[in-house]
Amino acid sequence: MEIPLTKHIKQGAFPLTAREYEKTGGYKAIQKALKEMSPADLITLVKASNLLGRGGAGFPTGVKWSLVPTGKDAPKQRYLICNADEMEPGTFKDKYLIEGNPHQLIAGMIIAAYAIQADKAYIFLRWAYKKSEVILRKAIAEAYEAGYLGKNILGTGYELDIYLHTSAGRYMCGEETALINSLEGKRAIPRNKPPYPATSGLFGKPTVVNNVETLCYIPHIVENGAAWFKSLSVTGEGGTKLYGVSGKVKNPGLWELPLGTNMREIIEQYAGGMMDGHKFRGALPGGASTDFLVEEHMDAKLDFSSVAALGSRLGTGTMIILDDKTCPVAFIHNLERFFALESCGWCTPCREGLPWVEKLLQSIEEGRGKPENLNILKFHTSYLGPGNTFCAHAPGAMEPLQSGLKYFHDDFMRHINEKHCPWRS
Amino acid sequence: MMVKIQIDGKYYDGKPGKNLLETCLALGINVPHFCYHAAMGSVGACRLCAVKKYKDANDRKGRIIMSCMEPVTDGMIVSVEDPDTVAFRAAILESLMINHPHDCPVCDEGGECHLQDMTVMTGHNYRRFDFRKRTHNNQYLGPFINHEMNRCIQCYRCVRFYNDYAGGKDLAVFGSHDHVYFGRHEPGVLENEFSGNLVEVCPTGVFTDKTLKGHYTRKWDLTNAPSVCVHCSLGCNIIAGERYGSVRRIMSRYNGSVNGYFICDRGRFGYEFVNDGNRARKTLIRSTKDKILEDPPPDVIDSALSAALSGSKKIIGIGSPRASLEANFTLSVLVGKENFYHGVSGKEQKLINTALQILQKGSAYSPSLKEIEKADAVLILGEDITNTAPMAALAVRQATRNKPLELGVKAGIPSWNDTAQRELAQDLKSPVFIAFPFQTQLDELAEDTFRASFEDIANLGFAIASAFHESAPPLKFMSDEMLKMAQKIYNILIEAKNPLIITGIHSGSADILHAASNIAEALNLSGKKVSLSFLLTDCNSMGLGMMEGKSLDDAVDIVNGGGVDTMIILENDLYRKADKEVLDPVFAKCNTVIVLDHMMNETSSKADILLPVGTFAEAEGTLVNNEGRAQRYYRVLPLEKSEPESWRRIRDLMKIAGKTEAASWTEFDDVVSSMTDTIPAFSKIKGHMPDADFRMLNQKIKRQTIRFSGRTAMNANIAVSEPKPPQDPDSPLTFSMEGSDESPPSSLVPYYWTPGWNSVQSMNFYLDEPNGSLKGGDPGIRLIETAENSSLSFFVPGELSFTPKKDEWLLVPVYQIFGSEPLSASAPAIKERIPSPFILVNKQDAEKTGKNEGDEITIEISQKILKVKVKIDETIPSGSAGLSFGLPGMPFVNLPCWGKIK
Repeated sequence: MEIPLTKHIKQGAFPLTAREYEKTGGYKAIQKALKEMSPADLITLVKASNLLGRGGAGFPTGVKWSLVPTGKDAPKQRYLICNADEMEPGTFKDKYLIEGNPHQLIAGMIIAAYAIQADKAYIFLRWAYKKSEVILRKAIAEAYEAGYLGKNILGTGYELDIYLHTSAGRYMCGEETALINSLEGKRAIPRNKPPYPATSGLFGKPTVVNNVETLCYIPHIVENGAAWFKSLSVTGEGGTKLYGVSGKVKNPGLWELPLGTNMREIIEQYAGGMMDGHKFRGALPGGASTDFLVEEHMDAKLDFSSVAALGSRLGTGTMIILDDKTCPVAFIHNLERFFALESCGWCTPCREGLPWVEKLLQSIEEGRGKPENLNILKFHTSYLGPGNTFCAHAPGAMEPLQSGLKYFHDDFMRHINEKHCPWRS
Repeated sequence: MMVKIQIDGKYYDGKPGKNLLETCLALGINVPHFCYHAAMGSVGACRLCAVKKYKDANDRKGRIIMSCMEPVTDGMIVSVEDPDTVAFRAAILESLMINHPHDCPVCDEGGECHLQDMTVMTGHNYRRFDFRKRTHNNQYLGPFINHEMNRCIQCYRCVRFYNDYAGGKDLAVFGSHDHVYFGRHEPGVLENEFSGNLVEVCPTGVFTDKTLKGHYTRKWDLTNAPSVCVHCSLGCNIIAGERYGSVRRIMSRYNGSVNGYFICDRGRFGYEFVNDGNRARKTLIRSTKDKILEDPPPDVIDSALSAALSGSKKIIGIGSPRASLEANFTLSVLVGKENFYHGVSGKEQKLINTALQILQKGSAYSPSLKEIEKADAVLILGEDITNTAPMAALAVRQATRNKPLELGVKAGIPSWNDTAQRELAQDLKSPVFIAFPFQTQLDELAEDTFRASFEDIANLGFAIASAFHESAPPLKFMSDEMLKMAQKIYNILIEAKNPLIITGIHSGSADILHAASNIAEALNLSGKKVSLSFLLTDCNSMGLGMMEGKSLDDAVDIVNGGGVDTMIILENDLYRKADKEVLDPVFAKCNTVIVLDHMMNETSSKADILLPVGTFAEAEGTLVNNEGRAQRYYRVLPLEKSEPESWRRIRDLMKIAGKTEAASWTEFDDVVSSMTDTIPAFSKIKGHMPDADFRMLNQKIKRQTIRFSGRTAMNANIAVSEPKPPQDPDSPLTFSMEGSDESPPSSLVPYYWTPGWNSVQSMNFYLDEPNGSLKGGDPGIRLIETAENSSLSFFVPGELSFTPKKDEWLLVPVYQIFGSEPLSASAPAIKERIPSPFILVNKQDAEKTGKNEGDEITIEISQKILKVKVKIDETIPSGSAGLSFGLPGMPFVNLPCWGKIK
C-alpha cells in the first residue's frame, strides 16, 4: 500500500531538512513543474487527477485553480494561501503533515503558486500550533537558502515568497473568505460569494486557498501522474487520505489510507476497535460539523460522495466516536457550545440561533428540559440550514444536532422525563 | 432596457443592474429589511429580506435567497409571500428579539422604530426564548448621540455608515458571536462630522438624538414642517419637529439632488438656537442713552417707529445673507433699491458677484451635491470643505469611489454589492487634489496636496489653465513644485469624464475664483465640460447676491458722509462683518438704528429699536443655495407661538412709513408674487413652489401624523375646550392632524409615513427608487443655468506671491464646523464642541516664539490684541499661520492679514 504523504514522517523524529528531503527525491517535482511544464499543463494535470480538496468541502482542486483569470486584462498580482488554520474539533491531520514533513508542503505550495502564477504565498497557521510554527519557519528559511524560494527559482525566472501568518485563533478563520479578511487585518467574517476568491480574494486580487493536505499531494501528482493518483483510492475519487479516529477506541490515531476505505476497517482494524466495556453508538465522520453515522453505516466507504449519500459529509476525514458511556446530549451540547462561541456574529440566524441551541441543550442536559424544547431545537436545524445563513458555519453546526435528534431521540426524552442526565448519578 | 420579473404571480418591470430588494421597494412591495440601506448598498448580514426564488415555472419548491444580494434578471420568478419565507422572516425577528429589551415604552425610538415596524410586519409576537438576555454597558459618546447598546440588533449599519461611508475612525465593532459590540474603543465624543446620521441609520434605539432627549417628546406628537438648513450655503433639506412651542429636533429631509439621506451634525444639532435664552424676544426701545424700554405699549413703539420712518427721513436698509429672499426684498422695497445694502463686506460682495458672473456667463456647470458625488476627478482650490460646507465633503468622499465602482462593475460586481466592491477597490480612488494652506480632513482621500498661501494656490490654478490652453494667460513665474503639480492635475482633469472644481469665498481671494474659472474655460476650449462649485458663507449668500444692492462698506461710507437718519438692519450681526472701530461711529451717527433679528448679539444690543423676528422655524422663506437652487422652508411653529416673520414686520413698517406697495401684501404669496414680478432672476420661483391655496382633494397638507395625541388635553391647564387649530394663511400646510391623506408634492413633505413603515425607512416609498429622486421630482428650482456660449474671458493672474516677514505671520482663516457659524454656535450641544480660539503654526515657527502646543500667544492685528492658544500643525508653511475664524469670544478680523507676534 502506497502512503505518499506520510512515508517520510517518523513519529518522534525531527522532520526532514531541505537537504534530507532532496535526498529522498523531494523537490524533484519542482524541477519538473517549473522547468518542463507550463502553468496550464499543471492545471490540466491536477484537473485530470481529480484531486478533491482535503479541507472538508471536497471541491476539485484543478477546477479551483482554473477559475483564476488569465489573459492580458487579468490582474498581475495573485496570491496562493495555504489554509493551515486547522480548528475543526477532532482534527489534527494538517498538524501531522506540517510537523512531519514541512518541505512536502512547501514544495506543493511552490508548484501550486506557479500554476496560478502567484508570486506571493501565505501559510495561515492555527494560533495554537506553536510547534508547527517553529518547524515551518525553519523549513521556509531552508527553502530560501536552497534556492526554492525567492527570486529566480532554479534559474527559471519564477519568483515566489512564502509568508507564515499565525492566526488570531478563531474557528471562523478556517472559512476561506474569513481567512482572507483576517489575513488583511479585518474582522474574520466571511464574504459573500460571488465574487469568489479566484477573482477577488486577498487584497481584492485573484487568490487560491488550498488546504495543507491538498497542497502536500501536488508534488506527488506532478511526479507520478494523474493515473497513478487515481489508482491509489478504493473508489473513483483518487488518492489516499489521512483518516483519524478519536474517542473511546483502543488505538486512537491517524493513518494514511486509500480514499474510500470503509468505516469498519478504520475503526476495527486501525483504531483497534472499541475500548473494553464500551459500545459504539455513532461517529462524526469528519469533524464536529458533520452528521452522525451509526451502526448501520459501518460498512460505508468513506469518500466524499459515499458519505454524502448517507446524509453526512466526509469533512476532514477525522472521526470522533460516541460510545455508550458518554451522554449524547452532553456530547452534542459540548459541540454546540463551541459553535456558538465561534460564530462570528455577522448574520442573524447563526449569531442568535446557536446560543439558543446551546442554552436549550444545556438545560436538557441539566434536567431542566421540556418536551417542547425539542421542537425548538428541530426548528433550528432547518432555520440554520444552508442558504439561510451567510456561510456554512451554522449549517455545519446543525449537522451533529439534526442527526443526533434523529438517532438519539430516546436519550433526549429520558433527560426530559427523568429530569436529570441518566449518565450522571 | 427593462427586464420582466414575476413577483407572486404578477409581472413587473425591473431595472437591470439593481438588486431584487431595491426593485421591490421601488415597486412599493413591502420587503422587510435591516442591514440594507439604499445609500450604502447590500451586505447580506441580517437575512431579513429573504424571498423565494424559483428556477422556472415548473419549479414548485424554490429556494430561499436574500433579495438584497440577488441581481434582477429577465424572467426571474420570485415570491415574497411564500409561506416558507414568511416563516423565515418571522424567525429572524424572533432571533433579534431574543436579546432586545422590552423597553419600547421608555425608548426614544419608540413609534419611529424600524425594528418595531419589522416585528409587526413579519408577524413575530410570542416569545419562546426563556433564558436571560445578554446585556452591555453603554458609552458616553458626546453631546449629540445617546448610546444604548442593549437594544442593538447587530445590523452593522452604524459602522458601515460611520466608517465606510463617512470616513469616521472612532466607531468600531468589538467582540464576536452574540456579544458583538458597536461603540468606541473607550467612551468619548464621536469625532466624525456626520455622526448624527447614526440616529436615522440605526434601525432601533441604540443611537438616538441626545438633544431631543433633553426635551423629549414622542415622535408622533411632533408637529413637523419641511425646512431648509440655514447653517451653511449648501441648503440641505431638513424636517423640523415642534412640540409645546419649541423645536425638538431636526431630521434629514430627502432630496435626491441635494443632500440625499443625510445631513451634517451642524445642520442636525444647531437648531437649538431657536429655543435659546439668547433669543431676542422683546421689543426694545432706547428712550435715552441709558434707558431701554422693554416691550413698551404699542403706541410708544408706533410713535418711535413713525418718528424714525417718516417721509422726510433718509433711511437705508441693510439686508442679510442669512435672511430669506422675501425678507431682503421687502426691506429693499421699504427703503428703495438705491438705499438697500447687502450687509456683507465689499470684499465678500465682490467675491459673490464674481462667482455669480462666472456661473452665469461662463461655460462651467454649477453642480448639485448629488452631482458632486458623480464627479470622477476633483480639484479643491483653497477651501477646507469639511468645515465650510460639510456635506460637500461627504459628497466628495463618495465621488472618490466612482473609479473603483466602474472597475468593479466591469469585473461583474454590481455597484450595490458593497463589501465586494470595497474589497476589490482596496485603495483605488478617483483622483482628488487639494490645494490649501494646511492639512484638511479630506487630505486622506487626496491623490496629492499642495500646501501654499492662497496667492500661490491661485497661481497653481492659473498655471493649470495655461497648460490647457495657450490663450489662458500664463504666470510670469512658477516654482518647479508648482509646475509639476499643475502638470499632474492637468493630466488628470483632461482624462476625466466628469471633472469638478470646488472652490469658494472663504479664503477671501478673488484670484482663486478667477483661477478656477480660467481652468473651466480652458477645459471648455479643449472640448471638456467641467463642473464648478462655489462654496459661499451663508444660507442665502447666493440669493442675496442675485439682488441689486450695495455693500456694507458702501453703507459705512454713506453714513459717515452724513445725512442718514435711520438705518434698518435685517437679521445681521454687522460686528461679524466689519471692525468695531468702523461700526461704532456708524451706529452713533445714525439717529435711529432699527434692528430686526431673532438673536441678541452686538448689533441687536446696539439697536435703538429692536424688533424681534422669527427664525427659520417661525417663518416661510426662500433661500438660494450655492448651486443656485431656490428652496423654500416652512414654519413649524404657529404664528401664536412665534415672533413675527421679518417680511411681516417690514410690511408693517412700510405701513407706518406710508409706503403704498405694501397695501396688497397680506399673505406670504403676495410678497413672493411681488418679488418675482420685480426681480426677473427670481421669476421661476413663483411657478415652481405650490402657493398657499394649493389643496389636495380640497384639503391642506397636515403637519401632524394621524397618531398626534393630546390636542384636546395639551391646553387643558388654560381651558378645557379644544382650541381652534392655529391658522396658516401663508402655506399649503396646516397645523393639524387632519388633512389630505395623499402624498404631498415633493417640496412639501412634512414627515415620512407609509402604512407599516413608521420610521424614516418609509422615506424609500416617497422615491421613484431607493437612492433616486423624490416622486414628482426633487424639490428646488435652479435659477442659474450654464450659458450656451461662454461670454467669459480669461482672468489675468494676480501679481502676488507669498513672502514671509520677520516677526509677523500671514494669518489665514481656519473655519470650524462647530463655532464659525454664529447661529448654531449658540445651540448648547454645539457649544460643547466649539474649541477655544486658537492659532495654527508649524513647530519651527512656534519654537521661535518659545511657545508649545496649548500655550497662550498674543497676536497684534492692526492695533487689535488677540490672545489665542497655540496649536501645532506641521503642514502650515513657515511664516504663515491659521487663525480660528469667528469663534465665540473672538472679535472680527479681516482675514487673511498680517499679524504681529507679541
